[in-house]
Amino acid sequence: MTTLPEPVERLLDAALVGELTVVDGTGHPVTYPLIPLYDGERIYMTSSTLFSKKLEHIKANPRVAVSITDPVAVGGRTDRATIQGDARVIEEDPHGGWERILPIWEKKEPAIVAFLKARVALPLFFERSLIEITPRRSLYWSDGDAAVAPLVAVAEGNGKEAA
Amino acid sequence: MAEPLPRTPVLDASEGLAKLATYPFQILAFIGPDGYPVSVAVEATTDPASGVVSFGAPAGLTVPADADVSLTGSHIRPQPGYGYDERRHVTVWGRAATDGGRVTFRAARAWGWDESEVSFFEYSERSVAQSRRYFDALSAERGTPVKPRLSFGWLALRTTRLPFLTATFVPVILGIAIAARQGAFDLVTAVLTVVGAAFVQLGLNVANDVFDTVQGADDANVTPTQFSGGSRVIQYGLVSLRQMAGLATLFYLAAALIGLLLLALRGSPALLAIGVIGFIVSIGYTAPPLKLVYRGLGEIAVAIGFGPLMLLGAYVVQTRGALSWEPFVASLPIALLVALILYVNEIPDRRSDARAGKRTLPVRLPKATVVNGYRAAAVASYAILVGGVAVGVLPIPALLALLTIPLALRVSRGLEPNYDNPYGLMAVMGVNVKLHLYAGLLLLAGYLVVLIAGAIAPSVPLFLR
Repeated sequence: MTTLPEPVERLLDAALVGELTVVDGTGHPVTYPLIPLYDGERIYMTSSTLFSKKLEHIKANPRVAVSITDPVAVGGRTDRATIQGDARVIEEDPHGGWERILPIWEKKEPAIVAFLKARVALPLFFERSLIEITPRRSLYWSDGDAAVAPLVAVAEGNGKEAA
Repeated sequence: MAEPLPRTPVLDASEGLAKLATYPFQILAFIGPDGYPVSVAVEATTDPASGVVSFGAPAGLTVPADADVSLTGSHIRPQPGYGYDERRHVTVWGRAATDGGRVTFRAARAWGWDESEVSFFEYSERSVAQSRRYFDALSAERGTPVKPRLSFGWLALRTTRLPFLTATFVPVILGIAIAARQGAFDLVTAVLTVVGAAFVQLGLNVANDVFDTVQGADDANVTPTQFSGGSRVIQYGLVSLRQMAGLATLFYLAAALIGLLLLALRGSPALLAIGVIGFIVSIGYTAPPLKLVYRGLGEIAVAIGFGPLMLLGAYVVQTRGALSWEPFVASLPIALLVALILYVNEIPDRRSDARAGKRTLPVRLPKATVVNGYRAAAVASYAILVGGVAVGVLPIPALLALLTIPLALRVSRGLEPNYDNPYGLMAVMGVNVKLHLYAGLLLLAGYLVVLIAGAIAPSVPLFLR
């Protein structure tokens, strides 16, 4: 089920890096650059246990935002988007559970498969949890300019509104 | 114990702001009225001198007044067909104030990472404690231990540092070959010697991790490489300290059993003495009270252990205790080259070793002395080889080992430019390991030539005497 406007989906599919913003225990935003992986319904990101502070924040407060802002990371596109949603940490098996997302990851970062084969060199990097984000609302800037109000789309019900 | 390590290098607010100014745009993040974060790209103007940053208020979005917001700069360089590199990011936080159409804030704190300043491997090592906290919390949540894993094969390889067994195989097989050249060879005890010596090194490798962990040296090391800094399996939570101590004991017990068997089969006072000294040097390498490597005696211990002791030990098993100059002289170049492996591997560890009170030679000596020390020892190893052949103690084909001189030159030239770059030094360390292995194999090849020549053309003189 498609829940996001098509241009936002295209950005998610193209982006080598997006910015995940979570809310920390003191109510402040914390932003982490991560690869967004989109399966047509939800956005997935993975986090090594080495850099798992974000997972603690998400477990305490699942409200997150993912932004795609860098033209360099999306093949030169100048449009931008932010997707707000509810995140869930999937950590049943940090050793291998996240590998179900590997096919999508490999499309963006082919080297990851070779790195994974050599996981003995950096074992903890490949102990990972999945962050599954269910989109609730998207903000889209067609020319990437924040001086212009974004087109806002509510994911549930696909209702659209002007900001 | 080593002092606690910062997870990432300290970044104060003004440093963060200066870094933020280098990005072409920034991602503003704040918490919206519905509790969801809002993030949007803006082009901020920063003034690192005053610590103030400002940007145009994004249209259609209400930046909360008197609330903390953040600005993040993020950069990658795409590498088509591979992924990306040149990763760096920085985030600066401050309390926002809106004045007309602009938002301003004073940078209060900052955080970030730039892989050109702190390599990904070092960043990962600095973050190991976070991984430990994660697994501890997950274990508490589930009420059952959850630990990181590796497949058995990879874990065994990493835990025992199996590939480094070449340090044992080279001198032991060489000792057996020299004895065979002199007419003394017994296959069963030769195999037992190789296996027993391998167990000694495996015990040493594992015990080394145990004692370096107990004494804080491995925990303090944030720049380990595949050649230095230990196996890290304890630090990573893959194997417990207790399991490692048990494994080291098992390896030493296996070595002792084989040693006793060899004593029973081919016993001699020389073999007993070599066995006892070898055991003391092996255990005392990192273990109190000797802690040889902590006192700057690691190179000497390794040179003796993986040079004369291994080679002469293997030799006297075959000769039933008879000693001669040939195996001793042949062991000296091998001893120097194996000591140089440790010597070079200690260079990237020197800061963490110093923090843990491990006073290795690279900790004690200045860079120029360490580099010149390498050159002097490498020259000495070849000089002994040539001298041994010149005086007729070693056979002429032993000079085949001189073919490794280009490798020694590569290491020598690579030390200085990579001295402060652990990951640049990795390639140099790799060549240095090959230098020892290839020199040993070529020495062995030399003895093989002697053995074959002795069988098919015994009248051909292969010694200069």
